[in-house]
Amino acid sequence: MVHESHAASEGSYLTNPKGWKSWLFTVDHKRIGIMYLLFIVISFALGGFFALALRLQLLSPVKFLFTAKQYNQLFTLHGAIMVFLFIVPSIPASLGNFMLPLMLGAKDVAFPKLNLASFYIYVFGAIFCVFSMISGAADTGWTFYTPYSTTTDTSVISMTLGAFILGFSSILTGVNFIATIHKMRAKGMNWFRMPLFAWSLYATAIIQVLATPVLAITLLLLILERTMGVGIFDSKLGGDPVLFQHFFWFYSHPAVYIMILPAMGVMSELVTTFCRKNVFGYTTMAYSSIAIAIISFLVWGHHLFVSGQSDNAAAIFSILTFLVGIPSAIKVFNWLATMYGGSINLKTPFLYFLSFIVLFCVGGFTGIMLGALSLDVYFHGTYFVVAHFHYVMMGGTVMAFIGGLHYWWPKMFGKMYSEFWGRVACFFIFAGFNMVFFTQFILGAKGMPRRYFNYLDQFQSLHAFSTVGTWVLGLGFLIMAFYLIDSLINGPPAPANPWGGMTLEWQTQSPPIMHNFESAPVVDHDPYDYKRMDG
Amino acid sequence: MSNQLENTVQHHVAHHFDTAEQEFTTAKLGMWIFLVQELLFFGALFVAFFVFKYLYPQMYIEAHHHLSWKMGALNTVFLITSSFTMVMGVRSAQTNQRRATMNYLFATMMLAFCFLVVKYFEYAEKFHHGFLPPHFFSGEGVHQSLPIFFGLYFVMTGLHGIHVLIGIGLIAWLMYRSSKGEFNSEFYTPVEMVGLYWHFVDLVWIFLFPLFYLVG
Repeated sequence: MVHESHAASEGSYLTNPKGWKSWLFTVDHKRIGIMYLLFIVISFALGGFFALALRLQLLSPVKFLFTAKQYNQLFTLHGAIMVFLFIVPSIPASLGNFMLPLMLGAKDVAFPKLNLASFYIYVFGAIFCVFSMISGAADTGWTFYTPYSTTTDTSVISMTLGAFILGFSSILTGVNFIATIHKMRAKGMNWFRMPLFAWSLYATAIIQVLATPVLAITLLLLILERTMGVGIFDSKLGGDPVLFQHFFWFYSHPAVYIMILPAMGVMSELVTTFCRKNVFGYTTMAYSSIAIAIISFLVWGHHLFVSGQSDNAAAIFSILTFLVGIPSAIKVFNWLATMYGGSINLKTPFLYFLSFIVLFCVGGFTGIMLGALSLDVYFHGTYFVVAHFHYVMMGGTVMAFIGGLHYWWPKMFGKMYSEFWGRVACFFIFAGFNMVFFTQFILGAKGMPRRYFNYLDQFQSLHAFSTVGTWVLGLGFLIMAFYLIDSLINGPPAPANPWGGMTLEWQTQSPPIMHNFESAPVVDHDPYDYKRMDG
Repeated sequence: MSNQLENTVQHHVAHHFDTAEQEFTTAKLGMWIFLVQELLFFGALFVAFFVFKYLYPQMYIEAHHHLSWKMGALNTVFLITSSFTMVMGVRSAQTNQRRATMNYLFATMMLAFCFLVVKYFEYAEKFHHGFLPPHFFSGEGVHQSLPIFFGLYFVMTGLHGIHVLIGIGLIAWLMYRSSKGEFNSEFYTPVEMVGLYWHFVDLVWIFLFPLFYLVG
C-alpha cells in the first residue's frame, strides 16, 4: 500500500500541466479545491473586514462612524458573506474537494466536470453578492425576514439571487460527494474502513442535497414577491410572513450542520494523527454524524419560539433540539477518550483541535440553554444568541478549518510553515476570540439586544472590550497570512507524511501527482490502525 | 458492438473509473440524488400550496373555476404519452436501433412543444382576464386572497414550464449525439439520465394537474 515515490519526473499537480488555462479549465479535484480555497479565504477576509468595521462603531454608545442604516448594511454583509460565501463551502469545497478522493484512494471525484461547474456557479453567485454590496447593500440581516425584506429599498434581490445561485453550487457538490463516497472507494475500503472525515462529508452532503433546495426556492419566492408578488408572505392578502421563517429555517438550521459536520470530521483526523492512536469509538463517530444530519431536519422551529408558533409545536421543537446534544456529546467524549493514553504531539493543528474542544463545548452548552423554552424567551434576540452562534461557527468550524488547513498544508502545497509563528497566531486567535465573544454572553445576559447600532451607556465598557478583542483576533489572522504566504515562497519542502498520518492521502507524495497515486491503493485494515503500523 | 451501424463512435470510459459499469452506475446514482434535490425544490412549493388550501379552502374552490380542466387534461395526456415515447427512446438506444431512437426522441420533443403551446393559450387567457400574481392582479373575484392562488399557480407551473424547456434542450442534445452514432448497447448513459429527468418533469405535472385544476 505504501508506494515508492518515483514520480518526481512527472511533477506534482501544481506544475503539471502548466499555464493559467490549465487551471481555469481543470477538472482535477485538487486544483478545484485550491481555487475554492483562494475564493473562500478572500470571502473570509471580506466578511472579517465588515466585522471589524461594525465592531468599531460599537466602541461608542451613540452614532460614531456609521449611520443606523449603514450599520444594518454592515452586519448584513458580514453575515451573508460569512455564511453563504465562506462557511458553507469552507471545509467541504476546499479541504473536502482536495482530500476526499485522496482519502478514498480514488483518482478524482465521481463527476469532475460537474465539480468544475460547481466552482464556476460559486463564482457566479459571488458576483451577485458583490454587486449587492456596491449597489445599495441589503440591510435585512442575513436571514432576509419578511415583511421587511419585501419592502426595504436596498438591494435585496441581487444578494438573495447570489445566495440562490451559491445554493446550487453547494447542492451539486453534495451530489458529487455522495456519488464519490458510494462508488469511488479503493479496493478493500468498505464503509467502516473510511476515514471519519469522509463520513462527515457524507452526512454533510445529505443535508446539502435535502435542505438547500428549500432555501433556494424560498429565496426565489422572496425575489418573485418583490418583483411580481406571490402573496404567500404578504399579510395584506392573507399571506403569512411567518411561513417565510419556517421555510428559511427548514434549510438554515440544517445548514449550520453543513457548517459544523465537516469540522467534526477534521477534528477526528487531527486527534488520531496527533495522539497516534485509533479514534475511540469509530463506529459511534460515524453513526453520530448521520444522526446529527437526520435530527438537524427536525429542529428548525426553535428559531420561532417567539414568532407566534403554537405552544405544543414549541415544546416539541425544544425536546428535539436537546436531542442534538446526544450525538454531539458522543463526539466530544470520543475525542477526549482518544487523547487518553495517546502520545500527544502538540503541533499547531492540534492546538486548534484543543481550541475547538473548549470553544465548541461552550457553544454547545449555550445551545442547550437557548433550546430551553423558558430561557430562550429571555435570551432571544440578545447578544447571547450572537455569542452562542459565533462560539459554534467560529469557535467550532473556523478553528477546525484552520486546523485542517495547517494539517493538510504540507500535502496541498508541499511546503512546511513556521511552527513557532503558527503557535503564536493560534494564541492570538484563541485569546482574541474569547475576548470578543465571551463578553457578548455577558452583554446578552444583561439584556443587550442584537442588531442595534447604539446602546445604553452602562454597556460601553463591555462593548469596548469586545471591540478590542476583534483587533487581537485580526492580528492573529494577519500573522497567519504572513507565515503561510512566506511558507509558499521560502518554506522547506514537506515530506510525504510529516505528521505520521495513517490515512491514504499521506501515502502519496507531497504535493500529490496529477492522478493522486502511482498505482491504485488496496486497503486491508482499519483507517487508524496505529498498533499495526507501530508493530 | 453494433458493427451493423455505420459511423458509430466508440465510448471511452473516463480516466477515473475502472470499468464502464462503474461509470454507468455512478452516473445513475448521481442522477437519482439530483432528482431528490428537485423533489425538495418543488416540495416546498407544494407545502405552501397546502398551507393556503388549509387556511382558505373557499378561495381555492373559487379560484379553480378560473382554470380550464380540459386544457389541463389535454396537457396531462401529452406528458404521459411523452413519458412513454421517452421510455421507448431509451429502449431503442439500448438495442442499437438508432433510427427508432431518433424518432422516439423527436416524438417526445414534439409532445413537449404541444404541452407548451397549450400552456401558452392558458397563460394568455389568464393575462386577458387579469388572473395574475398579486402585483398585476386585476381579475374579478370574491375572496380577498384570490391573488395568492394565482401567485402560486404561476410560480409552480412556471417553474415546471422551465423544466419542460430544459428537457427540450436536453432531448435536442441527445438527438445531436445520437445522430453522430454515440449511443449503442454498450453506452447509452445520457439517454437514460435524460429519461429519468423527463419522467420527473412528467411526475411533477401529474401532481400539479389535480391540485390546481381539480381541487374543488
